[in-house]
Amino acid sequence: MKLLVCVSKTPDTTAKVDFTSDSSSYNEDGKQFIMNPYDEWYALVRALELKEANGGEVVIINAGPASNDAILRKGLAIGADKAIRIDCDPQTAFEAAGQVATYAKDEGFDIVFCGKETIDYNGSVFGGMLAEILDVPFISYASKMEFADGKATINRDVEGGVEVVEAKTPFVISAAKGLAEQRIPNMRGIMMAKRKPLDIKTGSEIENKVKVLKFELPPAKGSVKMIDPENMDELVRLLHEESKVI
Amino acid sequence: MILVFAENKEGKFKKNAFEAVKFGSSLASDLGMECHAVVLGESDQPESLGKYGAKKVIHLNNHQLNEFDDVAYKNAINKVASDVGANFIILSHTALGKGLIGRLAVSLKAGCVPAVKGHLMLGSDPVFVKPVFSGKAFAHYQTSGPSVISIIPNSLQLTEVDGADPVEVEEHEVEVSGSGVKLIKKDVITGTVPLPEAELVVSAGRGMKDPSNWGIIEELANELGATTACSRPVSDSGWRPHHEHVGQTGIAIRPNLYIAIGISGAIQHLAGVNNSKVIVVINKDPEAPFFKAADYGICADLFEVVPKLTEAVKKYKAASN
Ligand SMILES: Cc1cc2nc3c(=O)[nH]c(=O)nc-3n(C[C@H](O)[C@H](O)[C@H](O)COP(=O)(O)OP(=O)(O)OC[C@H]3O[C@@H](n4cnc5c(N)ncnc54)[C@H](O)[C@@H]3O)c2cc1C
Ligand SMILES: Nc1ncnc2c1ncn2[C@@H]1O[C@H](COP(=O)(O)O)[C@@H](O)[C@H]1O
Repeated sequence: MKLLVCVSKTPDTTAKVDFTSDSSSYNEDGKQFIMNPYDEWYALVRALELKEANGGEVVIINAGPASNDAILRKGLAIGADKAIRIDCDPQTAFEAAGQVATYAKDEGFDIVFCGKETIDYNGSVFGGMLAEILDVPFISYASKMEFADGKATINRDVEGGVEVVEAKTPFVISAAKGLAEQRIPNMRGIMMAKRKPLDIKTGSEIENKVKVLKFELPPAKGSVKMIDPENMDELVRLLHEESKVI
Repeated sequence: MILVFAENKEGKFKKNAFEAVKFGSSLASDLGMECHAVVLGESDQPESLGKYGAKKVIHLNNHQLNEFDDVAYKNAINKVASDVGANFIILSHTALGKGLIGRLAVSLKAGCVPAVKGHLMLGSDPVFVKPVFSGKAFAHYQTSGPSVISIIPNSLQLTEVDGADPVEVEEHEVEVSGSGVKLIKKDVITGTVPLPEAELVVSAGRGMKDPSNWGIIEELANELGATTACSRPVSDSGWRPHHEHVGQTGIAIRPNLYIAIGISGAIQHLAGVNNSKVIVVINKDPEAPFFKAADYGICADLFEVVPKLTEAVKKYKAASN
């Protein structure tokens, strides 16, 4: 099977959220970056399992600048065969999807994986965009996938439950928790990753129809009101009269 | 023209559909435009969308549209949006919306701002406000040309429009071609309100010590009519089902009330719940980080205080009946 896994870079989950002084972009100074957890823990690992069971190749791809090579190396260390970076600095998911599509459209991938959302911009639009450009179905928020005879049976998370669907390859799928179990790269993987190919391709021009005017932090939360544990009637009264939620 | 896609399940609208129409109609009135809605598949009461500001409802009543299919829905909405020359196409940021929005935006060659909580006006242009970093910040987006926007459920006050005219419903049939993906079965939990839609949530963490102690959580939730949730270690160790796990790697929720019991308030947990309108924290450790994110705090042993809270809720309900 030919499997493509789209990976993106995000600030570490514990990184402080602050912005440049003109509020136009995230302040990257002193921040740690990681591979987006949905891409690393679920999408990539499920792709590797499919390859282990059925043979084939797992390619990881990122549309981004040279500083993203570190996450691609990590993906190679976890087990991907080959990495592609399309050199560009996408401002929107549409640009990123467009760049990845330019590479993927003639490569004949059976399944293209992405994460359900990036943990910084929380868009969850990339997969659908890529699927539309590639003209294949998109199955979002997959928490389980079985594969046999060119056909996948997929559980997709919906409000308060799951839907089970059946899809023939090729398709794009976005990974949610449950699709696989996280794998930690071992020493051998890290050594081997150094010798695996990481190809850099030139990005294409893609028109951008959306722009960020600014970022802002929410207003500081007022301090917590402590309630006497012996007086739960008071809490109920406040929830009803003051904050009007019950 | 603003076109709202109003989702329905088994022929019925959920709250998110009304919210999307409400959002679309308030955008329409700021822009001096009209707001129309499109409904796909079997629908009991398409005209009910008028109460939230839709002037006209386009109902494509093909039975092939009863169940979600990304390609079929994209084609159907694309056709209507192109026919009416929509400037903004509004969806709900639900499971269905997430499966559709990217594909629809690309097919319409439109800009795309997913998962917004509302808009404001900058002169005569709308600016869309989107929570980013799991609600720890907001980004302001501006679009050029037609755009597809999705609104996060439970983001706005749902009030009916005063004196709305009766709405005109246009019935159409369309040609439908789908993706070929087949729906085999649906396993949807019935009985309780699913977490993403819940207005009241009672949630518990490792402070519960043992899964056999959850009775007091369920009693409180029952009294309040709330949905139960939990922290990640609790679902990871099988104390509670996975669909209750909230946080960065679980479900992100935005209820009116979130009661956190025996949960420390780690940043990854907060990422999924800090959009709650009111947060109550019960923890015996005065230094627990959750207190910093709380509106009301109770520093005490949960095994003593939760039953007392349940009693207080009972008393309040008896008094208000
Ligand atoms: C990448 C990543 C993603 C993560 N994603 C998530 C996520 O999505 N959701 C999530 O929840 N976590 C997530 N975590 C884990 C998170 O960091 C915390 O470890 C977790 O939230 C802690 O769960 P807890 O608060 O239930 O347990 P603890 O941290 O053990 O806290 C238990 C609390 O209970 C209190 N307590 C104990 N006994 C009592 C008592 N008798 N009465 C009152 N209070 C009592 C204690 O004071 C303590 O504050 C993630 C971690 C990582 C690294
Ligand atoms: N620049 C990028 N390069 C490769 N894949 C990406 C990029 N940006 C986003 N993705 C993929 O799209 C998923 C969802 O992103 P988003 O739609 O932006 O929330 C991520 O989990 C990645 O799998």
